[in-house]
Amino acid sequence: MSLPRSNTATGWLLAAPLTLVLAFFLVLPIIMIVIVSFWGATEFSIYPAFQFDNYKFLFGSSVTWAVFGNTFRYALITWALTLGIGFTVAYFLAFHVRTLTWQITLALICTVPFWTSNIIRMISWIPFLGRNGIANSTLLSMGVIDQPLEWLLFSDFSVMLTFVHINTFFMIVPILNTLLRIDKSLIEAARDGGATGPQILWNVILPLAKPGIMIGTIFVLTLVMGDFTTVRFMSGSQSANVGRLISNDVGLLQYPSAAATSVVLLCTVLIVVTGLLRLVDIRKEL
Amino acid sequence: METRPRSFYVLATFFCLYVLFLYGPTITIGILSFQGPGGGLTFPMRGVSLHWYDQLFKQQAVGDIWGAWSRSIRLGLMVMITTVVVSVMGGLAFRKRFRGSTILFYLIITSLTIPSILISLGVGLIFSQSGMDVHWSTSGFGAQLTWTLPFGLLIMFAVFNRFDKSYEEAARDQGATNWQTLRHVVLPIIGPSLIGVALFGFTLSYDEFARTLLTAGSYNTLPLEIFGMTTNVTSPVLYALGTLTTVFSLAIIGICLAFVLLAQRRRARAGSDAGKGMV
Repeated sequence: MSLPRSNTATGWLLAAPLTLVLAFFLVLPIIMIVIVSFWGATEFSIYPAFQFDNYKFLFGSSVTWAVFGNTFRYALITWALTLGIGFTVAYFLAFHVRTLTWQITLALICTVPFWTSNIIRMISWIPFLGRNGIANSTLLSMGVIDQPLEWLLFSDFSVMLTFVHINTFFMIVPILNTLLRIDKSLIEAARDGGATGPQILWNVILPLAKPGIMIGTIFVLTLVMGDFTTVRFMSGSQSANVGRLISNDVGLLQYPSAAATSVVLLCTVLIVVTGLLRLVDIRKEL
Repeated sequence: METRPRSFYVLATFFCLYVLFLYGPTITIGILSFQGPGGGLTFPMRGVSLHWYDQLFKQQAVGDIWGAWSRSIRLGLMVMITTVVVSVMGGLAFRKRFRGSTILFYLIITSLTIPSILISLGVGLIFSQSGMDVHWSTSGFGAQLTWTLPFGLLIMFAVFNRFDKSYEEAARDQGATNWQTLRHVVLPIIGPSLIGVALFGFTLSYDEFARTLLTAGSYNTLPLEIFGMTTNVTSPVLYALGTLTTVFSLAIIGICLAFVLLAQRRRARAGSDAGKGMV
């Protein structure tokens, strides 16, 4: 395909600021991380080298595999839960709320917390889940349990709960976007043809919602896989994911080792994203 | 009005539970921030007071939160303006397919999906290895842009996907230059969505933690300060600060929404001059 030369010139001129920012703060940092991942480190400093020690150590350690496994587990469970909740909420807003004003209002209610601090939203779970928190005291007074549950806070449970709490937004918005674009006459046609509610949902709505689901999936998977704050806050250092592994190494000034882990994490994330992008054309679906 | 099917009530209940799940915790710390002086991090309330807010205003009690807050606001405004300008330019660039645009598009996707800690680490390493000091207004600013720009651009893509090109053609047919078309036709039409881009730019920067962690230097932004507090402050002061910054975020969102509503109303009133004769 041949493109007019003027398009290319104007295009790059307009995209120049964007390109500069991404070149300096995205591409260069990635190159730097790749370079440093081959460096060596003493207790206090790092020195340029070209050695594979960091990678050898990384792949030779059973901790790495366990932590990567744990990261995938978090990502998949969060994905399933956010998809279930997100689709249900979006479906309700798109097909059961009848006026546009209410649709906008209720959608705003779902999105406002996204613009507030994640860290505060994590802290907010403490009075709920703590040993003497609301959940425990309610269950105790109802007689469901006779001593406080210890696994509510600082556990895998609280990590997953927070992931779902923070990331369902990223499922609701793209799915709602695709659902609102579905031509209502398609659903009427299916109903006239004798399809039941579940059949319409499965054979008409779900296939048409696929692009939104894919975009939501990309967001949720990459955010959970790259996270380290949620796990740091909500697990009480009981469990780890790859992000935690990196931030621990950074804390110990072991930058080369942190860089090697980062390279592996980045490759993993990009492979997942590339796979998902084959299933959806993001630019067309926005 | 026709009766609602039973599935409506089931889904409505589900929706309400989700909203409760979404807001419950935030409202809880809002209430708990008004604990009496003897109260702790959880219920019961031991009296109602402004004690913990009072503590927050005493400088020595909890580090430099007001300095951190002012830095966060300044940084947020810097990121907001840059995000709006760069996103609009980028959005305009992507309206026509140009050589290399695919690569740039995949860079944007990478910027969106790369784990935040990698940006933090990479930018931090570049600055330290080249002998520059990391500072919130340089390295921190750039690191945050890698997060806000993709959102701004995705919004611009969505806006231009819905843009009716016949307005531009009409302007050009009347003899408008490219710049006049942009200034008097395109920008006014996309104006309200720029408020959305600005909202994303400001709040994503204001709340950003991971990308600023290793790039802010010795002067903390507010999320970093709060993060530090969680490890050594175990009193409702934390809730007071949390409530205050949430209220601030809500005010920003409210202002943006008001602007959007105002813009829409103005457009509805002044949008068409049909039937008003020659001007």
